Amino acid sequence: MSFPWANQYKPSNAFTSWLDEKLPLPRFVYNAIGGGYPVPRNLNYAWNFGVLAGFCLVLQIVTGVTLAMHYAANAGVAFDSVEHIMRDVNWGWLMRYGHANGASAFFVVVYIHIFRGFFYSSYKAPREMIWLLGVVIFLLMMATAFMGYVLPWGQMSFWGAKVITGLFSAIPLVGEPLQQWLLGGFAPDDAALNRFYALHFLLPFVIAGVIILHIWALHIPGSSNPTGIEIKTESDTVPFHPYYTAKDGFGLGIFLLIYCAVLFFFPNALGHPDNYIPANPLSTPAHIVPEWYFWPFYAILRAFTADFLFIPAKLMGVLAMFSAILVWFFLPWLDTSPVRSGHFRPLFRKFYWLLVIDVLVLGYCGGSPAETKYVLISQIGATYYFLHFLVILPIVSSIEKPQPLPFSITDHVLGTDAKTVAA
Amino acid sequence: MADGAIIDGADSTDAGVRRRDFIHIAALSLGGVGGLAALVPLIAQMSASDDVLAESSTEIDISAIAAGQAIKTIWRKQPVFVRNLTPAEVAAAQSVDATKLRDPQSLADRTKPGKANWLITMGVCTHLGCVPLGAGQGEVKGEFGGYFCPCHGSIYDTAARIRKGPAPKNLEVPPYVFSSDTVVKIG
Ligand code: HEM
Ligand code: FES
Repeated sequence: MSFPWANQYKPSNAFTSWLDEKLPLPRFVYNAIGGGYPVPRNLNYAWNFGVLAGFCLVLQIVTGVTLAMHYAANAGVAFDSVEHIMRDVNWGWLMRYGHANGASAFFVVVYIHIFRGFFYSSYKAPREMIWLLGVVIFLLMMATAFMGYVLPWGQMSFWGAKVITGLFSAIPLVGEPLQQWLLGGFAPDDAALNRFYALHFLLPFVIAGVIILHIWALHIPGSSNPTGIEIKTESDTVPFHPYYTAKDGFGLGIFLLIYCAVLFFFPNALGHPDNYIPANPLSTPAHIVPEWYFWPFYAILRAFTADFLFIPAKLMGVLAMFSAILVWFFLPWLDTSPVRSGHFRPLFRKFYWLLVIDVLVLGYCGGSPAETKYVLISQIGATYYFLHFLVILPIVSSIEKPQPLPFSITDHVLGTDAKTVAA
Repeated sequence: MADGAIIDGADSTDAGVRRRDFIHIAALSLGGVGGLAALVPLIAQMSASDDVLAESSTEIDISAIAAGQAIKTIWRKQPVFVRNLTPAEVAAAQSVDATKLRDPQSLADRTKPGKANWLITMGVCTHLGCVPLGAGQGEVKGEFGGYFCPCHGSIYDTAARIRKGPAPKNLEVPPYVFSSDTVVKIG
């Protein structure tokens, strides 16, 4: 938001003055993420993860374009070209491990970013559009990650592609032709591999575009903050630069430490060993699992084992899996409490943590074999998941009595005048 | 001037259709139709190409498959199970009331007349497309003695009909003929 007290951009020399007239890019940056953007003074590290997500996208694009210079998207040679990158290409192993673990890091960061949104109700007015665009970004990320995982053409790549495109065959009437259209054949092969490669290359740039919209929408109301109350005066804010460039920079350092520790010491810990076996259309691995970041949704997919009313089990599972994300689109209207921050919502807060546990349990089941006990736990977990959003949240927000809110952000940080005087 | 007639002169403000409005609507409609037409090749290019569709048919010699054994072969780049059922397996499949099944079909519906022991199906689970176990030596066959899909636990019986688990349909029977008593031509 253009708060009236925002610092004004002043070109510092003849060149920047000239540039400011022809193409005011420095002015744009100054107002977007520089000294000209006032931000609440009380943001905690939960607000670091948007910047970290942006960093991850850049990381993926840089390592990805590098890999693309050596990779060949042909079912006959794809697997070997990846091994060639790992063994022969100078620093190829770093690029590949960097990209694979970068995807995991991206999802860790975005999940924290999303759960920050859940806790502080960042999705509420006036920030609904930021949230909706965020869910779009997340869906695009899932599509990108899925198609990327197919590219090495190992066993998990192949069977992942088969199972996930098989989801579409659950749609009545058009399902089977749709699956064949998606794959360009009856089973994943050259046609599928090539188009997945083309789209995997394209989608991150689409994501970059939606992120621009996401941040544009963010700059209209400005960032929320841990109290959830809106900015009232200049003393509630500090300029983004240098305050949050420094804070985010420190967070980025911590992030990089963890990322590099995984990258250099456990580069395969998050991958599945079966993907080092070349794709074999005649033999399904005993236990097909997607990458860890899809596990909660995979558990919901597998939770539906019996037909439900008129809907066959297979279609039901697919609908439930997609609904698990689509329900987020309705969040701004399901949670009707006038108070945003979970800090002032005692009842909401308890259910928030239950949801976190529920998603972790679902994730654990999604990564386990399709045995009865895991399926049973997934069924309970999936039921609770939808109960949380569709029943618990609306009820809690109407019956809960929130705790009193501070008068302003400044008051919350420094204490009220009365307290300040007393101190 | 008659209502709806085209009026000369772009700026005419009289009632009726202005020439410029007409040109706008005509140009935009034609542009829209052209844009939609351009979608046809863009969408159609993703469908299976001719070489993929050229259904190379597969011939299989089944003389070496003893009762109780099965082989896996490939048709249209997908696995096919050719299984020689034992008399007990045939009897088990026939003893079920087919009308009560999820995908009601009898063993006779799924085999050729007089060849009820030759169960030829795609090796593609109708749930999400994994290859079920049960055709290979020593693989688990599941509680109905047919096939078991390890991905999400679909269980098929000795007529490869879905009996339990998430799959909606029986294993698909591909088009095939017996070229002779020992050779089957699929496709
Ligand atoms: C590639 C992924 C993403 C990037 C690069 C990104 C970037 C950002 C950045 C830089 C901010 C401002 C800093 C912050 O508040 O943390 C932000 C805010 C926000 N993001 Fe994202 N984001 C991404 C994905 C998502 C997703 C998937 C969601 C939700 C489903 C989401 C929801 C939000 C919301 C609600 C805000 C406003 C929060 C507030 O100010 O209180 N974002 N995002
Ligand atoms: S693919 Fe066979 S049970 Fe899901």
